[in-house]
Amino acid sequence: MAALGREKMKQLEAQYKKILADYIVNQTEKNLYIAQNFTRQLIQKNISPEDVISIHKNAIAEIFPDRMNEAQPAYDFLIEVMVHYGMAHREHQSLLQKQAEYEMEMKIATSIQKALLKTHIPKLSTVDIGMLSVPARKMNGDYVHFFYHRDDYLSVAVTDVVGKGVPAALCMSMVKYGLETLEYAYKEPSYVLEVINRVIEKGVDDSMFVSMFYGCLDTQRNMFSYASAGHEPALHYNAKQDQFVALEAKGLLLGVLPNTKYTYQEVILEDNDIITMMTDGVTEFRGNDHLNSRQIITSVIRDNKYLSAQQLCQLLYREIEKIHGFDLSDDFTVVILKK
Amino acid sequence: MASKSSVEIITEWDIVAARQLGRNEAKALGFGTVDQARITTAISELARNIYLYANIGRIEIERVDTETEKKIVVTATDQGPGIHDIRKVMEEGYSTSGGVGAGLPGVKRLMDSLEVQSVIGEGTTIRAEKWLR
Repeated sequence: MAALGREKMKQLEAQYKKILADYIVNQTEKNLYIAQNFTRQLIQKNISPEDVISIHKNAIAEIFPDRMNEAQPAYDFLIEVMVHYGMAHREHQSLLQKQAEYEMEMKIATSIQKALLKTHIPKLSTVDIGMLSVPARKMNGDYVHFFYHRDDYLSVAVTDVVGKGVPAALCMSMVKYGLETLEYAYKEPSYVLEVINRVIEKGVDDSMFVSMFYGCLDTQRNMFSYASAGHEPALHYNAKQDQFVALEAKGLLLGVLPNTKYTYQEVILEDNDIITMMTDGVTEFRGNDHLNSRQIITSVIRDNKYLSAQQLCQLLYREIEKIHGFDLSDDFTVVILKK
Repeated sequence: MASKSSVEIITEWDIVAARQLGRNEAKALGFGTVDQARITTAISELARNIYLYANIGRIEIERVDTETEKKIVVTATDQGPGIHDIRKVMEEGYSTSGGVGAGLPGVKRLMDSLEVQSVIGEGTTIRAEKWLR
């Protein structure tokens, strides 16, 4: 390119001419190997295709001066043609560079997101808590938030942004800060959903929706109250009856309408009962529709109910990952509470 | 010494005339074959943009040949729809999208400098220079 000085260009031309002349005389593989190394140097110096043709033309003109009369127009023609190729080539180069920059930014954004949306799993003497959240891509569109007050109350919000990747992650930071402003109101599931709904409805693009399951366990009364905004129902394992009950609660997704009301339900937890909350990454078996996800989840829990809550989460992940051929297409999040 | 000449771009063949003019001027100033090809290709791109997206416009070629400065200045003017977001058309990858200003990053690389001025609904002026070193 023009940026390369005339002197430098003359040097390259001299080198090229030598390599070409050697090849014309000897025609060995070694000559060609040297040519390949020289090409590497040309690319590194950003020499465009049209310049390479020009270098070649000048070399030929010196090696075979008497042939040049006929060949000159053909070379000039090729230079013209290659100018356009050179343009495309440079554009490609600069897009590659841009891509590298984006990837770098993405990496930084991912680590910021991880730090921002890190869930701290509380340790309580009254209930065993397990949580696992694994993103399908770099950024996680699921988020779990815990609140607790001494050993008496434990609240958990399990959220899933409709969508994945960067937009989902950005939206999720908003949910997190919405939850953090709740302070002492975290014990009322329907109130929490109403507040977060307003936050999302006001602050986020119309195309963004969030589902949330919110539950609060009062360990004194053994009462689990819960509400849902378009989220997967949680599963309650009743140890005494050895049965699973789906904790269904109807409610619109968050962010759809400004004044949506949510109702809450209550269920009594007995000793050894297990509550499993999850996102649809756990229950949706795309391409494996013949499998009943509910059956798989309940049998994993029932067969391993003596494991700790955290071990149960991990086991469930391993089992479901296996079913998906170790390629989960959605963010996977599960929270387990064991009385 | 500075000399100016220009070509109206109305039909596709006017692109050829603009190329020819640019090549002659580049040659006269002393540009080598490769740079002649670059300048001509740049003019061709600018003229084609006018022909495709603005319908009517003009390519002006100025040859500046003084003690201190030797350069070709190409100015493309049209009364077309204008470019909405100049920064965007100067971004890589936009050239494939078509529309006014397509291929400008490529033109910029073929030349040494490129300036774009545009008013929506009034037209666009693009000025590109190539210096003889």
